[in-house]
Amino acid sequence: MNQGPLIFLGVFFALALSWFGLVFEPQLQLGNAQQATNVVNPTQLYPQMRPGQARQGLDVYRSLGCAACHSQQVGQTGRTYDVTLTDAGTNRAEVIAALLKVKPGSNTAEVEKLAAGPMPQTILKNVPRAVADAAVAKLEPTGAKAEVKIIPTGPDITRGWGKRRSVAEDFLFDQPVMLGSQRAGPDLADVGSRLPDANWHLLHLYNPQILLKKSVMPPYRFLFEKRKVGREPAPEALKFSGEFAPERGYEIVPTDNARQLVAYLLSLRADAVIFETPITVARPPAASTNAPAAAATNAPAK
Amino acid sequence: MVLFAFAAVWLVAASVFGLITSLKFHAPNLLAACPWFTYGRVQPAQLNALVYGFAAQAALGAALWMIARLGRTPLLQPGYIVLGAILWNLGVKIGVFGILIGDTTGYEWLEMPRYASPILFLAYSMIGIPALLTFHHRREPTLYVSQWFLLAALFWFPWIYSTAHLLLVFFPVRGVLQAVVDWWFIGNLTTIWFGFIGLAAIFYFLPRLTERPLHSNYLALVAFWTLALFGGWGGIQHGAPLPAWMPSLSTVFTVLTVVPLIAIAINFKKTFAGASANLKENLPLRFVAFGAVAYLLAGALNIADSLPQVNQVTRFTFFTSARTQLFLYGFFGMTMLGAIYYIVPQLIQKDWPSGALFRLHFRGAVFGIIVCVVSLLLGGVVQGMSLNNANVPFADVTKSSLHFLRMSTLGDLGIAIGNFALALNFGWLLVRCCRECCVPIVAAAAKLETAEVAR
Repeated sequence: MNQGPLIFLGVFFALALSWFGLVFEPQLQLGNAQQATNVVNPTQLYPQMRPGQARQGLDVYRSLGCAACHSQQVGQTGRTYDVTLTDAGTNRAEVIAALLKVKPGSNTAEVEKLAAGPMPQTILKNVPRAVADAAVAKLEPTGAKAEVKIIPTGPDITRGWGKRRSVAEDFLFDQPVMLGSQRAGPDLADVGSRLPDANWHLLHLYNPQILLKKSVMPPYRFLFEKRKVGREPAPEALKFSGEFAPERGYEIVPTDNARQLVAYLLSLRADAVIFETPITVARPPAASTNAPAAAATNAPAK
Repeated sequence: MVLFAFAAVWLVAASVFGLITSLKFHAPNLLAACPWFTYGRVQPAQLNALVYGFAAQAALGAALWMIARLGRTPLLQPGYIVLGAILWNLGVKIGVFGILIGDTTGYEWLEMPRYASPILFLAYSMIGIPALLTFHHRREPTLYVSQWFLLAALFWFPWIYSTAHLLLVFFPVRGVLQAVVDWWFIGNLTTIWFGFIGLAAIFYFLPRLTERPLHSNYLALVAFWTLALFGGWGGIQHGAPLPAWMPSLSTVFTVLTVVPLIAIAINFKKTFAGASANLKENLPLRFVAFGAVAYLLAGALNIADSLPQVNQVTRFTFFTSARTQLFLYGFFGMTMLGAIYYIVPQLIQKDWPSGALFRLHFRGAVFGIIVCVVSLLLGGVVQGMSLNNANVPFADVTKSSLHFLRMSTLGDLGIAIGNFALALNFGWLLVRCCRECCVPIVAAAAKLETAEVAR
């Protein structure tokens, strides 16, 4: 039986196929990804490198194995659409007539208030795409301007873990990337914008049960130093309320590692609006609908 | 032999770590003052001790035995193999220690720091090359299906291990590609490497222990080729921040593994049919048969879990841990333990000193694995359902799976007791053997290994 080399080659190709598919090919597609102006707001580069202290914090995060319980990826299961009026135009009577048609079950007084109020005003909430488009089509001939907003939905987003799903760009500069595979703790992809208070994080690391009674997270007291209060209490010492404070004459001071870790947590923000996750439906040729909401309101009416 | 002895020790170490991790969920304050034993470090330490300490060493030991036996030839270069085994253990020790002091790489299943992995790689080549040489010098020209599996596995490990380490640790790729490489490695290490060596062992020991020929060689080869083609693609998560074609491709290929799974199931069943009377008195067979059933279950779960609808619920839960547990302990561990219980007495020509410990191990392991896997599976589903229901506050999500976690701690305890029984039995055997031979353990084992295999 002298098929040895043939079998060997066959097996080799069979196995190497998955290497081509899942190592080589993704590398061709994403391996040279760059920081880019892939953001809807074109003056901004995304993603930004994390600041130095946060990068050191990434190492603390890795070293302590935080990823064993915390994922860093927000999922999205669907989307709904809102319609907002960005400019009521000048032909008030027609706009009001159109609004009455678009907004089922509304009366004239309500609609007048909408048209007169500060822009933008939300007209329809959580509607399918077709309904939203039809509403815009009815409003535009009257000279008013309306916008269809994309609202990501899903349990992660409802929980407030992020405003949109995570995309590949969010992780461009991290090493290692720790997407996580277990949610014994909440997702942290956007924790920096959800919980922006550094002191909260320090207290929570010192003893999670102070802030969240039911938490199963272990305390990380070894990231803190307990020491005698000197002539004056240290400015960076933790501020306790009630039973959890150390005995009189002592204070709890975060170590460098604790501060780096918190800096990293605060740097975890996945809220930039980029083209993969737009928040408004882009409609050529109107450039203004392509811009984020804040910019759209300031744009002059054409 | 040396590999098996070390494997037994690591198995015990892994179960101790496993117990610590499992207890942490009930009492988060346990060992909280010591950074070495924080959950995020003990959990990967446990996994690595199990995967590289126990499973990989048992795999290499069983592979060497089968290659020598099926080729009717003595092992070549046993000196290098023993040296390689010692080196491998050094590597695992340094690696697990590195994880505990916080030098983990942060990639799942590859947590061992950069100063440990080259040692493992070197040790592997010191064991793998003599194995290939032995295969080359075989006296039995006809190839049995187990040899196909073994050969493919021996070649594939260095490829995936070096690819993963080079692309993640030494020359890291950008961004989320790291996650893709990591998942590819995990999928290949389990499905291809452990899967192939475990299947080789089942295809070898099942006919041998039941004293019946393998039902169909062709079906086994069909399983081999289809698994080689489809098996290495699994594990890319749906909903991960990746281009959508990657998880889709992964699902398609994972669903295709239903073909080898059915082929293997038919083959096992037909080979085994009617041998149940044998099962009572033949303990190694019981281990191997349990492993075979666990393989089929794990394969089915793997396919189910690759479907986006299922994965949406299970992806961040203990369901994943249950699948790992079922595959590593239920299938691979049990098969290897059956092999160890069969091979070791033949190697040193002495029976196991204690039949009671032997039976205790089997019962402890079966009880532990079933309790652990079932409770984690159920716990995972409950956890996933409440995670996906945004009306359940997050603190209650973890609480909802806590009962199941308590059950699984009980299972871990069962497994640990069983493993202690093995270690005790093994130690007893070695002590008895050494007292008679009056030579150091390693030398004796090495000599006996060559002498026995040469016979």
